[in-house]
Amino acid sequence: MIKIQGLTKNFGKFTAVDNISFNVKKGEVFGLLGPNGAGKTTTLRLLSTLARPSSGTATISGYDIVKNDNEVRKLIGIVSEKMILYDRLTAKENLWFFGSLFNIPKDVLTKRINDLLELVQLTKWKNAQVGTFSTGMRQRMNVIRALLNVPQILFLDEPTLGLDPQSSVEIREFIKKINRENNTTIIITTHMMVDADLLCDRIAIIDQGKIVALDTSTNLKKLISGEDTTILNLNIANLTPGLIKTVRALECVDSVTQENSTHAKILVHGTEAFDSVIDAIRMKNGKINSMENLQPTLEDVFLHITGHQVRDSANQKIQLENHGPFARQQRRVR
Amino acid sequence: MGAKTLLSHSLRIAWKDLMELFRNRLGLVLLIVMPLFMMVMVGFIYPSNGNVISDMPVALVNEDVGFENSFLPSQTFILGLKQVNDQTHMLVLSNASSMVDIKDMIQRGDLQGGIVIPSNFSESLMNGEQGTIIIVTDQSNPQISATIQATLSAVFNEMGTMLAQQNVQMLNPTINANNSLAIVKPYNVQTEGVVSGNPSYFDFIAPGIMAMTVMMSVMTGLPVAISQEKEIGTMDGMMVAPINRLSIILGKTLGQTIRGLIQGVIILVLAVGLFGVTIQGSIFLVFGLLLLGVFSFVGLGIVITSFTKDQETAQMLMMTLMFPMMFLSGVFFPIQQMPWYMQGISNFLPLTYASNALRKVMVLGAGIPAISTELIVLIVFGTVMTAIAVPVFRRMMTR
Repeated sequence: MIKIQGLTKNFGKFTAVDNISFNVKKGEVFGLLGPNGAGKTTTLRLLSTLARPSSGTATISGYDIVKNDNEVRKLIGIVSEKMILYDRLTAKENLWFFGSLFNIPKDVLTKRINDLLELVQLTKWKNAQVGTFSTGMRQRMNVIRALLNVPQILFLDEPTLGLDPQSSVEIREFIKKINRENNTTIIITTHMMVDADLLCDRIAIIDQGKIVALDTSTNLKKLISGEDTTILNLNIANLTPGLIKTVRALECVDSVTQENSTHAKILVHGTEAFDSVIDAIRMKNGKINSMENLQPTLEDVFLHITGHQVRDSANQKIQLENHGPFARQQRRVR
Repeated sequence: MGAKTLLSHSLRIAWKDLMELFRNRLGLVLLIVMPLFMMVMVGFIYPSNGNVISDMPVALVNEDVGFENSFLPSQTFILGLKQVNDQTHMLVLSNASSMVDIKDMIQRGDLQGGIVIPSNFSESLMNGEQGTIIIVTDQSNPQISATIQATLSAVFNEMGTMLAQQNVQMLNPTINANNSLAIVKPYNVQTEGVVSGNPSYFDFIAPGIMAMTVMMSVMTGLPVAISQEKEIGTMDGMMVAPINRLSIILGKTLGQTIRGLIQGVIILVLAVGLFGVTIQGSIFLVFGLLLLGVFSFVGLGIVITSFTKDQETAQMLMMTLMFPMMFLSGVFFPIQQMPWYMQGISNFLPLTYASNALRKVMVLGAGIPAISTELIVLIVFGTVMTAIAVPVFRRMMTR
């Protein structure tokens, strides 16, 4: 469905998207996961013909995104982070305006608008100005606006950003429904691990314009919790830099991340790992308050692959030390 | 993609822009209030019925000591002055004791001018010499000062003529009144304009303001309308539709043009209804010229749009360009009043040509041949700017 070959986008000296290549199958829900500024949105804009690549190519259903841009546009729908709606127009007028740009016959468009409004339970509000809507209602409008041309591929840029948990669930359910019922290919960018985990068939982790890993959620997690790899969350009363250094030096320890003044997240492998870590801490007179065995999350995966966290890069200095041999070995780029 | 679809998409976009405009109540009110303010302000600052400066407080000092106990000359003068003033009401005459007194009152702001009859007034006249009258003016207000000077001079001139006529008749009683006037004042000047009636300053300024408002609305409206949509993200909704990029510019331009024309009509109605402006030429030519003016500015507007990233910058840039243009293009003041280098600049402004042409049509009833130079300049300017604008805009849209 989508074939991407060496796609690159430069803004002056800054490379927003750096030579990425991947394919997306028909009917797949594909996630682009990464921190702000990683190049997710730019990738989406390139694929949806809103920006021109500096080099590389991509085709959608065989149409080149530069040469056959208008053909591509007929096949896609885009839900961008900024809502594409006019506040002073009513719900119906908004849909009618955007729909009319697609040369859809009048009667078909009218029916489609009514159906879509019904689908997201906004029929009651069809003659109200969108400016009076709540954020959740607006986002539902924003999504159905992208469905007016019955797209084969739907691009969603941070669709749950700024929504309350309930609205987020609604939008996620809605996206799943579209995917299931119309076999619509969906490409979604997010920095929310939950979205990626719950929605996507495959996830590409993108960092500084490059794809650093691409697989299913389960496989990505296996990267760090293989058969003998475990994540330990330790609460140590007297957690000192010296202590962390000692633990990190152990052969069975892959990485250590200090979460706060008492918590450390330690990635270990091997059957003797538990004992070794505890022994090492006790030897240094470390006082262990508690210890738990964690299930890896996509966040951990991201952390270990890129060396920094998704949400912020505030503690980057500490985490950059994790950027050790383990992280590099485990990078799988497809 | 056919021209028909291009046009239909453009109309859709224009419709959408106008819908947004009409839903914005305050904006709509301002759309009407702005030209109204401009009209009313200009209309009353520069009154349309000529010389209506009236009731200026002026003091009179009579220092005349007379000649052989006769005060006839100065009394005749004062009587004459009062007679003239009773008809025109230009002055409010009061008496003052001396020149010093008058200057004092002018400084305090109680007077705008003074008339002094010197002590030797009667003596000079009776001895067959010229009688001198001194006018004291308020230099802090050059305009009023000049007006007082002019009106008083006119009054004195008229009185002088009358006196001279009497003298001639006294010297030679056989000469009748008309002949004596011809001897004293051999030249009589009559003014005749191209059209009948007496066009006011307002007739001069209304076409200029119309041209300016319509073009301003395109030149500012277009960059704002486009950069605003870029900012809030709705532009992507249009960009991602399989439509010709040209229809976006066209639609936006159409929307702004209609907005500008609405303002133009408001001004025209106000000018005709409230300020008695008459349109001598064809009304269709007036609208044709407004549209041509819009066309000449569209390209410039688009180029500016392409160079500014956000709405604020676009607006600031527009203001920077609009302000000198307003004053240099002869909308408010005749270009001939400016120094040569300023006139040179104004020759490069399309607004100069648009307001000139509009003025010729509205005030002088000119037809197309009379404004052919302006038409050519506007068409060439518009075509060149559009030719620059379209590729620049296309590049900007797909960054």
